[in-house]
Amino acid sequence: MRGWARADGRKGIRNIVAVVYLVECAHHVAREIVSACRDDDVHLIGFPGCYPNEYASHMMRRLCTHPNVGAVLLVSLGCESFDRDGLLAAVAGSGRPAELLVIQQSGGTRKTIESGRAAVTRMKSQIAAWQPVPMQVSELVVGTICGGSDGTSGLTANPAMGRAFDGLVAQGAACIFEETGELIGCEGHMAARAVTPALAAEITRCVAKAARYYSVLGYGSFAPGNADGGLTTVEEKSMGAYAKSGAAQICGLLKPGDLPPGGGLYLLDVVPDGEVRFGFPNISDNAEIVELIACGAHTVLFSTGRGSVVGSAIAPVIKVCANPETYRRMADDMDVDAGRILEGAATVDEVGEEILGRVIGAAGGMRTKSEEMGHREFILTYKAFEPIGPACLPLSPRGRAA
Amino acid sequence: MVRHASIERGLLLLSPADNVAVTRVALAAGSTHHVGTAAIVIRADVAAGFKIALCEIASGEKIVKYGAPIGSATRVIQPGEVVHLDNMKSDYIATHARGGAAPAAGGAG
Repeated sequence: MRGWARADGRKGIRNIVAVVYLVECAHHVAREIVSACRDDDVHLIGFPGCYPNEYASHMMRRLCTHPNVGAVLLVSLGCESFDRDGLLAAVAGSGRPAELLVIQQSGGTRKTIESGRAAVTRMKSQIAAWQPVPMQVSELVVGTICGGSDGTSGLTANPAMGRAFDGLVAQGAACIFEETGELIGCEGHMAARAVTPALAAEITRCVAKAARYYSVLGYGSFAPGNADGGLTTVEEKSMGAYAKSGAAQICGLLKPGDLPPGGGLYLLDVVPDGEVRFGFPNISDNAEIVELIACGAHTVLFSTGRGSVVGSAIAPVIKVCANPETYRRMADDMDVDAGRILEGAATVDEVGEEILGRVIGAAGGMRTKSEEMGHREFILTYKAFEPIGPACLPLSPRGRAA
Repeated sequence: MVRHASIERGLLLLSPADNVAVTRVALAAGSTHHVGTAAIVIRADVAAGFKIALCEIASGEKIVKYGAPIGSATRVIQPGEVVHLDNMKSDYIATHARGGAAPAAGGAG
């Protein structure tokens, strides 16, 4: 494994240029800059809203200073409320090449696209000179998510990803599992795995918050395709999804954009705090992937039964297919065939080892299936969170001091 | 082609406490499958990953899978029946099927 050393001490497994639109009105110009570059390592991300949002601002800072990001080009229309100068200063302060183009001050669409292409070329040559350094498993942050789940997800891919998590945690990596809306019914078991009683109470509280939030909205974290695949209730889906977390003790509770203070297993609370505002907690799988990446995830393990095809900007997604029939239909999109477990051709441990190998491979520069095919989905919307309390990170210096 | 004994096992029991088993492959109506000492006759064609009742389940009784309750029966369910949206519901948040209908929905959620 090798990584690009960043000024904050973290290392990246990719060295990409992020082109960032700061309002939907700048989306087209930013996209044209990216597509004109025709470069797998130039990624488009952005925030569509014109109104300010503390969460989106915090997320964007974390994403633009993510270890996989080498340089950043910000694209602003000019009149949106996003704090572009604050973001530019934060990126520049992290030791990365950073530039800002304001369309209204740069001569409009054509001229800004031209300036943007030149800026990306300039930044690419700057960061190409940086040499990667050796990287250890203990320096990795790995996230996990399931999407397009069916009745096989909880039997094959999710338990196998749990074994991979156990292996990574044992080697000192930080592993993050999430979607408390898909852990409804598992709160008692999860609380028993918390390193302290106070953390257990926080975990119980955040699942209750998720159940309340989804109840107000009238929909659980459950899509019609889940039912097509044999799952009937959100608590059944939860039991299968929970297997992704493996068997390690839970050492902390994070919210989007919180960085794990060390190795171990963390739960990410993705459900907003306070009254129900801005709609569903995460409107699609990529919203969750973006939050895992904002927590520093270098790569994300994605289990799917029905057959998701997505990847992500910034961090490679490793797709683990739970259902053998889906795998045969969509093999080009899948990195790992966990359906072999159902067919008696492999054990959960064997597939867990294979997933672990894929993580190390991706971290060593091997492209995942979704990366190869150009999947670089990204979505960021409005949310509101309170900061985590000291009981959420009992093993960190901050938690101990409090 | 030689058929291995493991390939003939159509149902997976995930926990001894469960009153449903999971179809490991697609199963045909009328086929018989063994779970422990019980012989279960499948009542309708079913795809892989679905739940089959192992015993008679009363209306209101918990459906148990992974050793944990995953909802409640909304009517009497016979052994060998597929357990899904038309005979069980969530005890937390109603399930919405495609088209906006909420079959087996419980409560106001």
